[in-house]
Amino acid sequence: MTHLEKLVMMANQIAQNLAHEPDPAAAAAEHIRLFWDPRMRAMICAEEVAGLMPTAKAAVALIRPMA
Amino acid sequence: MTYQPQADFGTPVSNADEMVTLLIDGREVTVAAGSSVMRAAAEQGTAIPKLCATDMLESFGSCRLCLVEIDGVNGTPASCTTPVAPGMIVHTQTPRLQKLRKGVMELYISDHPLDCLTCAANGDCELQDQAGAVGLRDVRYAADATHLGQAKDLSNPYFDFDPAKCIACSRCVRACDEVQGTLALTMAHRGFASKISAGLASEGFLGSECVSCGACVQACPTATLIEKSVVEIGTPDRAIVTTCAYCGVGCTFRAEMRGEQLVRMVPWKEGKANHGHSCVKGRFAWGYAQHRDRVLKPMIRASIDQPWREVDWDEAITYAASELQRISAQYGRHALGGITSSRCTNEETFLVQKLVRAGFGNNNVDTCARVCHSPTGYGLKTTFGTSAGTQDFDSVDDSDVILVIGANPTDAHPVFASRMKRRLRPQNGRPGARLIVIDPRRIDLVRSPHIAADYHLPLRPGTNVAVLTAMAHVIVTEGLVDQAFIAERCDADEYRDWADFVSLPRNSPEALEPVTNVAAADLRGAARLFATGGNGAIYYGLGVTEHSQGSSTVMAIANLAMATGNIGRRGVGVNPLRGQNNVQGACDMGSFPHELPGYRHISDDQVRGLFERDWGVTLDPEPGLRIPNMLDAATDGSFKAIYIQGEDLLQSDPNSRHVAAGLAAMECVIVHDIFLNETANYAHIFLPGSTFLEKDGTFTNAERRIQLVRKVMSPLTGLADWQVTQRLAQAMGLDWDYSHPSEIMDEIARLTPSFAGVSHAHLDVAGSLQWPVNAAAPEGTPIMHEQGFGRGKGKFVVTDYVPTDEKTGPRFPLLLTTGRILSQYNVGSQTRRTLNEVWHDEDVLEIHPVDAEDRGLKMGDWVKLASRVGETSLRAYVTDRVAPGVVYTTFHHPETQANVVTTEFSDWATNCPEYKVTAVQVSPSNGPTDWQRAHDAWATQSRRTRYGDLPG
Ligand code: SF4
Ligand code: SF4
Ligand code: SF4
Ligand code: FES
Repeated sequence: MTHLEKLVMMANQIAQNLAHEPDPAAAAAEHIRLFWDPRMRAMICAEEVAGLMPTAKAAVALIRPMA
Repeated sequence: MTYQPQADFGTPVSNADEMVTLLIDGREVTVAAGSSVMRAAAEQGTAIPKLCATDMLESFGSCRLCLVEIDGVNGTPASCTTPVAPGMIVHTQTPRLQKLRKGVMELYISDHPLDCLTCAANGDCELQDQAGAVGLRDVRYAADATHLGQAKDLSNPYFDFDPAKCIACSRCVRACDEVQGTLALTMAHRGFASKISAGLASEGFLGSECVSCGACVQACPTATLIEKSVVEIGTPDRAIVTTCAYCGVGCTFRAEMRGEQLVRMVPWKEGKANHGHSCVKGRFAWGYAQHRDRVLKPMIRASIDQPWREVDWDEAITYAASELQRISAQYGRHALGGITSSRCTNEETFLVQKLVRAGFGNNNVDTCARVCHSPTGYGLKTTFGTSAGTQDFDSVDDSDVILVIGANPTDAHPVFASRMKRRLRPQNGRPGARLIVIDPRRIDLVRSPHIAADYHLPLRPGTNVAVLTAMAHVIVTEGLVDQAFIAERCDADEYRDWADFVSLPRNSPEALEPVTNVAAADLRGAARLFATGGNGAIYYGLGVTEHSQGSSTVMAIANLAMATGNIGRRGVGVNPLRGQNNVQGACDMGSFPHELPGYRHISDDQVRGLFERDWGVTLDPEPGLRIPNMLDAATDGSFKAIYIQGEDLLQSDPNSRHVAAGLAAMECVIVHDIFLNETANYAHIFLPGSTFLEKDGTFTNAERRIQLVRKVMSPLTGLADWQVTQRLAQAMGLDWDYSHPSEIMDEIARLTPSFAGVSHAHLDVAGSLQWPVNAAAPEGTPIMHEQGFGRGKGKFVVTDYVPTDEKTGPRFPLLLTTGRILSQYNVGSQTRRTLNEVWHDEDVLEIHPVDAEDRGLKMGDWVKLASRVGETSLRAYVTDRVAPGVVYTTFHHPETQANVVTTEFSDWATNCPEYKVTAVQVSPSNGPTDWQRAHDAWATQSRRTRYGDLPG
């Protein structure tokens, strides 16, 4: 697994486990902001990251402006 | 202090509130009702002669030495079995009593070798003391029939048994039964023929059920059971109280010394975590501290294929600082990081994270708790608002139902397990607590002497959340919820959402049975018992946290406790059993990259400001890298230097090959440890560490109990670990100037509200303190959330079961789960260097008979264990303790490298590795794999020095 693939897997896991939050994408974005080092956030916010599930993708879109 | 044995009041303390006043030898004494006359006398300062009584055990009344006279009572009752009564008038010393006692003593001595001068216990023997106390001067009986010729049993590596000296008081038998709960000893025959034996005569102690806890040795009033170290070195001449550095129980011991030599570690009766009990590790396995493998001089090398060069401290520190500064200048400050150790003191851990944040200028600090209890921190903070267990250990005495999930206390937390087992056995007419065990293996607790679990749910590894949600389903849909507790203490909307979710038909035990492999009827029974059985307490370990849903499982446990109202008083609660001695402390001290000490997020301007003002630096507001992220960043090329204090990343972290690649990609790896561990094979700088015997500081155990670690001998390397970190910080330009760890604790207290009232001086007086210690709770907080939750209202969190991505299939059809055993400790770098090796000298693979037969495997065969990431080989141990489809091993030995096969899947919230679920295949093998051979060769080559090979 490459580092990026791992980050995608982690983002998907976070999105799945926060699926019951009132706003799952916002909750996943918040989690990533609170726990991921900036270089990890930058990697996942790069264009054209494949394999993100829809909620994870939405979460990444929320953090992209701040990454 | 000069040597004094621990005070012995003869019989256990009574916890009754009612007080009773009586007269003993003309002096008035007031004691708790239920105390024995012997205890009352002892509290008043009068030592009534005794042999079969000791305050660790219930009174027995067999030796008849403790006789007293009581006005209005016929005869001479035994003071150890006679309870006090109001107005009682007791005489402990009369001519009649003296005569009787002398007679008793004469009988004992007539069958006892009179070799006091050459006996190892000379001066530390109760029989000798009592002979003096009763004024015995001669013995009238001929010693024609004695036990003197009996052979010694020297089989246990740590203590001897010499039956010739036995007075048949049965203290050892009772200690093993009552205190340890192993019931390994029996008193065979009666009267003169009485004989203590462990197991069958041919087996001796080593071959018996004995787990070498030492309780019998401590209880024995003679030299019959005696530590080998006392036989070899002699009796101690001073004692210092300190804290065990192995597991999260946090037993306190008297380090009994002769000069600077440690003679023995004796569990301290006043210790609030262990109350005078111990396990084989803390009691006996301290020989590693003096082991010849310890490296005592710093070493450096420019690259990891070069031999090591021994240098002095100045050169090592200067070189380390210059490398860190070079890398920071070349690659930026975020290329640096550090790892704090749950094996080290709070003070040392605090300094390492401070060095990273204030000196390296980033938050790339993490701790080995990442790989064990980080989900506990996340889960309990989210639900309750505080990242810690809710109870003290004593709380278990008030439990009615005990639920153990993903923990194996008899092996991993033995002293607490003894405590729990005591509550599980019926006692003095009180029925034992009921027991539910949720674990893929039939751990010892499921069935042990006088204990049988009401329910053992042998779930499929990886399905904890599904099982707990199904339990919640039963509790909610059958109306077993504690509505009043929830209405008062929890957020109502969140509760409703959660209740609706768990009530869904898809969460019923029947619907989940195919996923969990747990029979629905059993699961329903367990849920009903937990909800209706009275005080319900949950204990859990790494079988909960080390999963891709570790944090969710912790929250599911918290949900269950809140739904049944089992929070906020004695006997209940959520209790994470911490692995290492200072996991709780390392987490408290700000070892996580996103949190400052006291679990406050680094992005909080106010908190950061507090630290910035105190430290005189600007702190980075962004969270840093966690251990697995550091390794990934290293292979990416953005992380170049690491300072690792007291952790063996290579052996303890998952997917060893990946760890090795990460370490190899760094330009500066600084390992600060007592041995050249596996990680040191990749190190450029080795800073020799000091053991817990060589430094001052504090550890915080699983009950949030902060206890002093006291230096009993000088550091063999010249510097304690905190001094090494300080020297490194100074060399990097920081103006640190601590002269003693107590000053570090003062800083912690100043900056961390839950530690506000903690200081070494306060701990010295109080013995121990459970945080929070603050203005509201100046003497600490044994039970949390008594009035309300740390976060206000308790938060129910929906925990939907998300299966792990690690799946079995035709190539990897079995599930591997890992754990540890009693005699070894984690990566084994300490316990492997002690005589504990006699119990476990290699890791083995437990496999069910059906799975073994399918593969043509027999007990003891070499097998290859392969997963998607790697393979290793070890011997098979065929047992139905594991379910079909599940295999199990430990990771204590570097030769096995069990973590070569574990994957990098991890907890969704914290990246805690999923050690407990790996899809594997097992097949016959001829011996070690290529990786094992290659690793072995590499380790040997890496340990070279310019003067020859270093031991590993
Ligand atoms: S050492 Fe412990 S387990 Fe062994 S016989 Fe003594 S009390 Fe029992
Ligand atoms: S071995 Fe020691 S404790 Fe046990 S019966 Fe003999 S004298 Fe008593
Ligand atoms: S139970 Fe834990 S703390 Fe206590 S002696 Fe054993 S290893 Fe040490
Ligand atoms: S001490 Fe009381 S009978 Fe032995």
